[in-house]
Order: sequence, then structure tokens, then C-alpha cells
Amino acid sequence: MRLIVNGTSREVDAPPMKRLLDVLREDLELTGTKEGCGEGECGACTVLMDGVPVCSCLVPAAQAEGVAVQTIESLGGEHALQRKFAEHGAAQCGICTPGMIMAALAIDDPANVDEIRMVLAGNLCRCTGYEAIYRAIAATAGQ
Amino acid sequence: MKGAVSGLELLRPRSLDEALALLRDEGPLMPLAGCTDVYVSLNFGTLTERRFLDLQELDELRGIEERDDVLRIGALASYSSIIRSADVGRRLPMLVAASLEIGGVQIQNRGTLGGNLANGSPAGDSLPVLAAAEATIVLRSADAERRVPFSDFYVGYRRSVLRSDELIVAVEVPRVDGAQWFRKVGTRAAQAISKVVMAAVRAPRPRIAFGSVAATIVRVPRTEAALAEGADLHEATAVLLDEIAPIDDIRSTGAYRRRVAANLLRRFWLETPR
Amino acid sequence: MPVIGAPLPEPDRQTSPTTTDDRSSSVGSRIARPDGLAKAAGTARYVDDLVFPRMLHGRTVRSTIAKGTVRAVRPRVGAAEGFVVVDHRDIPGVNVVTLIEDDQPCLVETEVRHIAEPILLLAHEDREALNAAIVDIEYDEQAPLLDPAHSDVVQKRLVVARGDLDAGFADADVIIEGDYTTGHQEQLYIETNGVIAVPEPGGGISLYGSIQCPFYVRRALAVLLDLPPERVRVVQTETGGGFGGKEEYPSMLAGHAALLALEAGRPVKMIYDRTEDMLATTKRHPFRVRHRTGVKRDGTLTAVDIDILCDGGAYVTLTPVVLSRGVLHSVGPYRCDNVRVVGRAVMTNTPPNGAFRGFGAPQTQFAAEVHMERIAEELGVDPVELRERNALRPGDVTITGGRIGADGSALEVLREAVRRSDYHAKRAAYRGTGRGIGLSLFFHGSGFTGDGEKKLASEAALEVTAEGVRVLAGTCDIGQGTRTIHAQIVADVLGIPFEQVTVVDPDTSRVPDSGPTVASRTCMVVGGILQRCAHELRERLDGLSPREYHERHGSLVVSKHYEAPPGLSFDEVNYVGDAYGTYAWACDVAEVELDPDTYQVRPLRITAVQEIGKAIHPVLAGGQIEGGTAQGVGYGLIEEVVMRGGAMANASLTNYLIPTTLDTPRIDVTILEHAYEHGPFGAKGVGELPIDGPAPALLNALRHLGVDLRALPATPERVMEAMCD
Repeated sequence: MRLIVNGTSREVDAPPMKRLLDVLREDLELTGTKEGCGEGECGACTVLMDGVPVCSCLVPAAQAEGVAVQTIESLGGEHALQRKFAEHGAAQCGICTPGMIMAALAIDDPANVDEIRMVLAGNLCRCTGYEAIYRAIAATAGQ
Repeated sequence: MKGAVSGLELLRPRSLDEALALLRDEGPLMPLAGCTDVYVSLNFGTLTERRFLDLQELDELRGIEERDDVLRIGALASYSSIIRSADVGRRLPMLVAASLEIGGVQIQNRGTLGGNLANGSPAGDSLPVLAAAEATIVLRSADAERRVPFSDFYVGYRRSVLRSDELIVAVEVPRVDGAQWFRKVGTRAAQAISKVVMAAVRAPRPRIAFGSVAATIVRVPRTEAALAEGADLHEATAVLLDEIAPIDDIRSTGAYRRRVAANLLRRFWLETPR
Repeated sequence: MPVIGAPLPEPDRQTSPTTTDDRSSSVGSRIARPDGLAKAAGTARYVDDLVFPRMLHGRTVRSTIAKGTVRAVRPRVGAAEGFVVVDHRDIPGVNVVTLIEDDQPCLVETEVRHIAEPILLLAHEDREALNAAIVDIEYDEQAPLLDPAHSDVVQKRLVVARGDLDAGFADADVIIEGDYTTGHQEQLYIETNGVIAVPEPGGGISLYGSIQCPFYVRRALAVLLDLPPERVRVVQTETGGGFGGKEEYPSMLAGHAALLALEAGRPVKMIYDRTEDMLATTKRHPFRVRHRTGVKRDGTLTAVDIDILCDGGAYVTLTPVVLSRGVLHSVGPYRCDNVRVVGRAVMTNTPPNGAFRGFGAPQTQFAAEVHMERIAEELGVDPVELRERNALRPGDVTITGGRIGADGSALEVLREAVRRSDYHAKRAAYRGTGRGIGLSLFFHGSGFTGDGEKKLASEAALEVTAEGVRVLAGTCDIGQGTRTIHAQIVADVLGIPFEQVTVVDPDTSRVPDSGPTVASRTCMVVGGILQRCAHELRERLDGLSPREYHERHGSLVVSKHYEAPPGLSFDEVNYVGDAYGTYAWACDVAEVELDPDTYQVRPLRITAVQEIGKAIHPVLAGGQIEGGTAQGVGYGLIEEVVMRGGAMANASLTNYLIPTTLDTPRIDVTILEHAYEHGPFGAKGVGELPIDGPAPALLNALRHLGVDLRALPATPERVMEAMCD
């Protein structure tokens, strides 16, 4: 099957029900997307499909055919969210961070903590108590 | 433990007609769309099905539209699209309220109304809304289409009248007169499976539905009748407690569910205009 | 919904004059942690991101009964199907997970003591074939012992006694009793346990894994595999959280992977899925704590009698040490001349409980602080006044007769938290509103208990390189920021830029044994050793910068072992003396809203004032406090392990709930700094302290609302029972 991942068309030989998460990590070696639960509860595997955040542990590879899939690798490491997460201690152990950042891309107003809390309610972090994440996202306002 | 996926078959029709023909000719097939429940079962190794029918390409099942007095929501409408729909917001705000409490944003983007119906969990958050709204489920096979009132759809724990050659294609909601009310009760604020969920309409004959208090979503007709006949809250609560018999499970206790159901009934009655 | 508005500012830091270090430029600054960007970029490599050539996947076949004996084990697969199969007979060394008592086998021989106990190991190239493989196991099942109250198998008993208890009770105006219980808690690091074992030429083994204590793993593997320790190499990969859950358990998992790898002659990766991780690995110990307290009318404590029962689970693992810390913190940060604490840990047929941030102290201080609130209620004394009257002050003695140093800060944290939260005004204003406010005062001993640090004799070293200085320490960054703070300490002592200090990732072949990454010791104890290394190095550099020195003279390594502060002594038999070198102190004020229809407790805000000696890195220290507080909120309100027949019945993230953004209150942190004279730049431990306080503060806020709850967690079901019965 042919997937469009981070703007590049990639040919993958995978069974149709293989999880998109595993296709990304194993077939395409994009290991920035993490697995925390495999149940769609923790959000560590969040990627964008056609710009919309989804849990890649709950997506059959076949459904990603022809869809623009975007992973943490697409941000290049210098995205404002990535820089601010690093500066504000929003990444502690870091395992939830890529998924958290991919979900945070959907935030309209980074200065509004109420909105951040709603948008990130599907992303669990066990290290930060979320406060540093709010500060990091707020610091991207206007960037 | 994770179930194997490489032996699983996935048929990917491009149209509803093709999907229905496959169901008729190539069945049994388990339909899937947003997969938010399928992979959880696969992961726990509890899914026995080996062959699946992918409905994701069937855009014709995605629409939300108003037709005269009926709000028609396609089976593949995601919770996010329901939340965004001005028509649903105007006609059925309690469905928007329910959709907002289903999972996180990632789940709302993928999960579908049809999936919630087909999965048939007694804790399905959208289902009490459909029960209280007296929605009709539109089922179609290659040969025919039929409309089943919500109250006739489920016949037991996770069992419905949906035949193996049929798909849920839409939900039709008649005009709902009266104030709508919804409340989901989980252990935490976000994305928890409900321990009690209630949807209700304050009409001359009130319509009240509960999830997570029985093997299926239930209406409580005796409680509704008591309220319609002017019973006070104390009497109505007594009827309700006689009418439901929730159980203990790993998420909560029967005693908690009973008392909270009674409290929600009371809150609904006090909060909605006569 | 209250308006939440903008993010709270970074933790407020109030530095006392004694901690100012004029030479500091990096210590105390908010320099970006060097590993932050790779984590945010997704390029940091965790164990499941690594692939070795010819690697197999490993799987553990586990018991499905809680107690009994194995009659037969019959795998339906074997070498013909490409499987590697290992059981206890394939263990080259001793079949044990080496720790304290050495009572836990790495693989069951015949006796099964708990559900999910490892019996057989399988490895295969194809993960799906591996998972599909069927193994038939026949058992002779016996009735399991599940209730600790009925267990007479004592894993550890401890007694602390001071003064004259009878005289203390005779002196009391009022005697107040209470029973308090706490349940299991799952660490719930977001990265599950995982390792890769790689056989090395000549029979050695390398182990890569998500771990907190590489030298624990090395020692356990050496015993299990009958290898000299130097043939066992353990490398910590980037670790996605630990919280104690990767302290002792990885020694078991590493053993399994190593056995398979040696049998196969190929690398073997074992990554637990979430359910296996929850079913099989350690949790926080459940406690039942009984208090009987004598008090004067004015609130002065005259006698404290505490009885502790701790559920250790099926094997001893770290239980004696957890019980010890629980006992030592059981009175809370209060003075009383007449004390008796009896602690008992017993065996049950449940998976062994183990290390979890706080290590016994959250359980016993929960009991102590809810009990204090009940005493205040009973006497009609203001809860703050009661605590002020009894709080430990510098110079006071603890229950073991140890002395509180000049950095003792119970009163300061209490007063600042009360002021900052506007506690008294809110206590009055919330009456009748459905909101409540409550507080907890608590402390946490830094580093290993008693002579633990002396026995560990940890080592750390510095090496001069062409780029600057390299830190060689065996403690792990598991998210808390060890790499950063160790480099800061070294940079400032040497007077060189932070960027010139690199920290070697733990690899037992490259770094010395700095002890385990536990017990709030990594900054204070290991950081202290590094500070001493840096002082000596500065002298040896004799005015040159490390780079200049390297250019002229080449490399130089300075290595030091732990040295106990002078005068510190503890009698481990009688539990007399200084249990800890020092303590960190804190007060949490919790504000909650109770839903009268659903009995759900919504935490609105926690004001956390915590005195930690010195915040080497205020952002990271604040992160420890915010994160520990959130984990403590989960412990207090929603995190419930449902045990059925000896197994966790809700072993999934769908059913074991931890706080999301919407369940976590806003956390307002204030860091106070009263330097500890033997800590680096005055620093004490901060890792565990924050989790001791939220649960009792939340329950005391509920008590303010009239809900008498004495068990954790305060689930809506429990709140309902407390309100309606």
C-alpha cells in the first residue's frame, strides 16, 4: 500500500489491519511516535491524519492509504512547540511528549489554558502535572 | 496480550451498494469504521472475528442533514462532526453534550455514531440520547431498507436486531419538543467509561433514558408515567429505584449507580423548565 | 466552572540568605535541560526504538492461579517451529531475583505464590507467532491467602519506642483513635517495562533497558547467569518514567531476556504491553494504620501509639525497607516524647508490592494527617494552630531520637502555605458552598534510611576531556533531570560553563556504581559526591581550565566515594538515632468541590509550599513538585487497583484511571530554601516529598465539607458511603 507520510509518498508492504502505529515505527522506522497503552487512552501515539489528531494505535494501516499522515518527525525539531517544551521543562521523561505536541498543534489559542486542557484531555502525562506543558504552549503565543 | 493482525482480512468497498453486496455474498464480515473499539478488543485478544468490512470510504454515510421534521445523522458521522454541526446543536443539543464527553479529541475525531450503536455497550454515551429522542435506526441490506425504533433495536447485552447482512446507515431523529438534559458520570472528568449516563427530555410525557444501569440502554417508562401524572420527586424516585437494577462491576457498585441515578433524575427535574 | 484563565507562573522561589552561593552561575538558573529538545523532537531513543540484527522477541508465560503447585508445563511449540523455550532448569546460576531476602525465583520451579508469576519463557522472530503460541500448564491449586489481616507470614516487624507511653496517655486530657487504610497504586510510567538482552562473544551479556538501577540489574544477572559482574554490561536507555516501578522489577525482566538471549545466541527484546505491566509488576503497598493518640486540651501531643500493617505481597522484595520508611514517617513532622510505633509487613498471595515514589511515607503520613485533622475537630482547635503547636522545630528530636537540623522548616512551610492559599478566609467563606479546603503538613527523609548510604558506599567520578569535563555516575535520568543538575553542580564548582560538562549515560562498563536512582538521593547524595570530586579536581587543575589541562597533560580522572556527614549515626537494630541526614518539608493546601449528585470530588487547586534546601534547577525542581502533586491527587481521589482473586481486575488504562488535564487541579508551587549544610549547594531531596501530601490534604478538605473518610482513594463510591450511611 502507498502512504503519504510527512509529505513523502512511501510504499509499504503490510497487512491491512496492521496498526498505523506499527507501520510507522517498524516499516517506516519513524520511532518518534510512541506507544503507551494500545487502547486509545494515553495519546502517546497521536499523529495527524489529514490534519486531524488521531491515536495511531487505533487505525488500520489500510485506512491511512491516500491520507496525509503527519508524525512528530515532520516538525523537524525546531518547531516553536518543540523549543518551548524543551525550555519550560514540559518534557520530563519525554515519552508522552511527541503525542502531546502533535495534539497541541490543534490548539487555537495557546494563551487559553481552558482550551489547552480540553484539547489535551486525551494525552496522559505522569511526570509534569501538566503545568509545565501549559506554560510551554502559552509561550508559543504569537510565534 | 495482543492478538495477531497479519491473518486478518479487510475488504474495502468504495460504495454502500458494494459494501452491502459484500455483506450478502462474502459474509460473515464485521463492519468497522473508526476502529476505536475494534482495536481495544483486538489488543485484549477478545475479538474472534477474522474478516472485516471497512466502511471508512463510504462518504455517503457521513452526512448530517435536516429533512423536514427529521434530523438524519449518517452512521459514519464522527463525534467531532456532530459537535461541529449547527443542525445537531439546534435540534439535539444533548447529543452534542454526549459527544463532547466521549474520549479525548483523538477518539472524537475517529469514533462514529453508527459505531457506538453497533458496538452496543450498555455504557455507550450517545445511546441514552437516541433513546430519549426516540430516534429511528435505519438499517439497509442489499435487498431492503428498514427502520427500527431505538426501543426495539437492542434485545440483550450487546445484542441487537441488526442482521449480519445489514448495515446501520443512519439515525433519524424526529423533532424533540421540550428541554433536553444530559449527564455522564465517570470516575474522572475526561474520557472515562460511564458509571451512570442519563439523557432526558422534559415534555408533558417526560422521556428518560439511562446507560450503565442494565444490560442495555433503558428507558424508564414507569418513572416517566409517574412524572407525567404529577408524582412528586420523592415518589418518582421510588418508582425509578424499583425500575432499575444496576450491578457491581470493576468500575462501580450497584448501590452507587442506583443512588446517582436517583440524584440525576432529581437534578434533571429541578433544572429543566416545566 | 471556575474561570481558570492564564497559566500559573513558574514556581515561586524564596531563597533564604544562607543558601546564596556567590560563585553560582548555573546552579539556580533555568537553563534548558540538554535532553529536552531530543525528547520533543521524537529523536530520543527508548528501548522499544532499538533494533538489533537477528533480534528475537521474548514472551513470559505466567501463572493463572494465585497459589498452588505446577504439575506439568507443556508448550505446544518448540524448536521445530522456530521457538526458543526456557524454563527454570535452563538457569546457569541461582534461580533468584537478587535483592534483600533472595526469596523470589526468576522462574517458578513448582510452587506458585501469585497470579502472573513467570513460569516459562518463549522467544521467536515473529511477534505474532510468539503471542499465538499455546502453553498448557497443569496445577494443583490451593486456597490463596489474600487478606493481610489474616496472614501470619511476617516478612518484617519493626518497633520504634521512645519515652513512656503509659505516662503519656495518663497525662492526656483526651484520647483519640482511628483506623486508616490505603490501597494499591500503580506507578503508571507511560513507557512500560522493557529490555533487550544481547549475548556477547565469550559468554557475556549486554542488557539495554528502561531502568532506574543498572547496578541492581548487573548484580541480579551475575547471580542468575553465574557470570562475573564484569561480564555483565547494563546500559540504561532513555527511560519513560519510573517512579520506583523500574527500581527492582527490571532485575526480573532482565533475567528473562538474558536467559532467552543466551539460549538463542541472539538478541532478545521484551517489551510488556500495558496489561501485562499492570498485572505482573509491582505496585504501592496497601497499608492499614491504627492511631491512638493522647492530647492535652490545648492540642499538645502527650502519647502516640501507632500500629501499621503492610501488605507485602507474595515475596519480600523491598518490603522491609518500605515498611521502615513508613514507620519512620508515621508520626508526621511532629514532636512527642512518648511514642510507640509497631510495623508489620505480611505475605499475601498477590504480586509483590514494591518501590513507588514515597516508599511507605505517603501511606503513613496520610493516616497521620487525617488523624491530626480529627484531633483538631475533636478538640475544637484550629487545624493550623494544632500543627503549629506540635510541629518539629530545629533542635527537636524525632521518634528515633535523631535531631532536627537548623534547616528544619515545618513552621515556615505551614505558615507560608496558609498565607499564600488564604486558608483561613476560605475556610470561613466556603462554608455551605459545596467547596472545602484542607491542608497537610509533611516531611520526607532525604537519601537512604539509617546507615544505608554508608553501606552503599556509592562512587562517582569526573573525567577531564578535550571538551571540558565528563560526569561519570551510575544514577539514571528517568525524567527528573539528573543529567542537568549533576552538570550544573560540577560546572559551578569548577567555574566553567554548563555546556562544557557532559554527563555519560549510565552503562556499567563505563560508570562507577553510584547506587540506585531512588530515595530522593540522586541530587543530594550523588550530587554531593560529584561536588567533592569537582572540588578536588579544581585543586588538581591548579588554575587551568579543564580544556587547557587536557591540552597540556591529557586526561585526568577524579573519583570519590560517599562520606557520611560527621556525627550521623543510627542503630539499625533498635531504631535509635538519626534515621536520615536531613528532611525536606512541605505543606499542601487543597481546595475541592463536591458534586452533591454524583459524590465526585473535583480538586480545584493545590497550594504546595515545599522546602528543599536548594533548588539546583528551579524549573526541574518545580516539575518534581507539580508532577508528584498530580500523582498524589490521583492517589487521593481516583486511582484504585481493583483486586479480584489475587489479580488486578482493572489492568488497563481504560479501567485504571489516572488524572487527565481536566482532573488535575491547578498546582501553585512555592519553593523555600533552607540550606542543608551537607547537601550540594544546600540541596536536599525533592523527588518523593511532593507525593506525601496531596491525599491527606484532599481528604481534610472533604472533612471540611463534613465527609468523614479514612480510606484511600476517595472515589465517589466511598464518598457516597461516608455521606449517606
